[in-house]
Amino acid sequence: MSGTYTEPTLTVPVNDDDWTIGPADARVTFLEYGDFECPHCGHMEPILRELRRMAGDGMRFAWRQFPLTSSHPYAEIAAEASEAAGAQGAFWPMHDTLLANQQALAPEDLVAYAGQLGLDARAVATALAEHTYEPNVREDFMSGVRSGVSGTPTFFINGARYDGDYELDALARAVQRAARAAR
Amino acid sequence: MSYPNKPLPPGTPAPDFTLHSTPDQSVSLHELRGRPVVLIFYPADWSPVCSDELAVFNQLLPEFERYNAEVMGISVDGIWSHTAFADDRNYQFPLLSDFEPKGEVAKEYGVYRQEGTAARANFLIDPEGTIVWNEVSPVGINPGAGGVLDALEKLEGAKAKEPAR
Repeated sequence: MSGTYTEPTLTVPVNDDDWTIGPADARVTFLEYGDFECPHCGHMEPILRELRRMAGDGMRFAWRQFPLTSSHPYAEIAAEASEAAGAQGAFWPMHDTLLANQQALAPEDLVAYAGQLGLDARAVATALAEHTYEPNVREDFMSGVRSGVSGTPTFFINGARYDGDYELDALARAVQRAARAAR
Repeated sequence: MSYPNKPLPPGTPAPDFTLHSTPDQSVSLHELRGRPVVLIFYPADWSPVCSDELAVFNQLLPEFERYNAEVMGISVDGIWSHTAFADDRNYQFPLLSDFEPKGEVAKEYGVYRQEGTAARANFLIDPEGTIVWNEVSPVGINPGAGGVLDALEKLEGAKAKEPAR
């Protein structure tokens, strides 16, 4: 069937405002649009951790929020909690904690995790109650929408949407290809 | 009657239809004149939770409201399936049942597939009832909502009144 269709590309490049691991000048930037309550995102996390280990300094990994609240009632508040933790310098520890505890993401759970991570839990509780970081989450979500993200997880490798297999081997090959192309 | 063999292109008058949105309510396209209409054809209810473009549209309803646009999903599923599906997923926009004769509206818009379902296809219809934009995705790929929002922004006369939220 014919029709207009444009391959999605990332409309907002990964930048200093994003949560990233790895060197900013890495040849490959691997971006995940994710939802902390999405079981597929939880499933992918150990695979992506291994991918990060394999790629080492050759890859920068980034996360943007894409909470789908109609399916996942705690996705939005969990995203806000990760932003609140990030404001205290602990985005990635909270990211890891949330993806490892997808069955317990109610606000009281989120505040407890902040405490366990040694953060100012009261500040996190206040930020959640006041939705301080809702605009940050919304900004990520809209950049995803504009980039053709329609579910989670969605990956972009050097700005191009990855529509391949979600196995480690296939992801690693795609990262290698992107690294070669960027040489 | 003969049907188009490809998606109706921009500039074509949008074929009118009347379809059930609930077991005892129906929606006619011509009743929506004066407002932009976003028609989201999709293959079937009950697709996997996390890769569901309808969830994205649902979350974007405040954005579409800025344009006074009506968003409607449409598939060949029966109305009882739609009702259960929308309840389960908390969708806040109507799902139309293109059930009898099966796929008639999808056929008129040129997006019916031989497998017996609609393709993943989005149409934007302007307030005068003319198709101004369409998008059809390859099988297995969700188009998302970015293209529709871009098209709505460009649509003359559909100016955003104020930022959502």
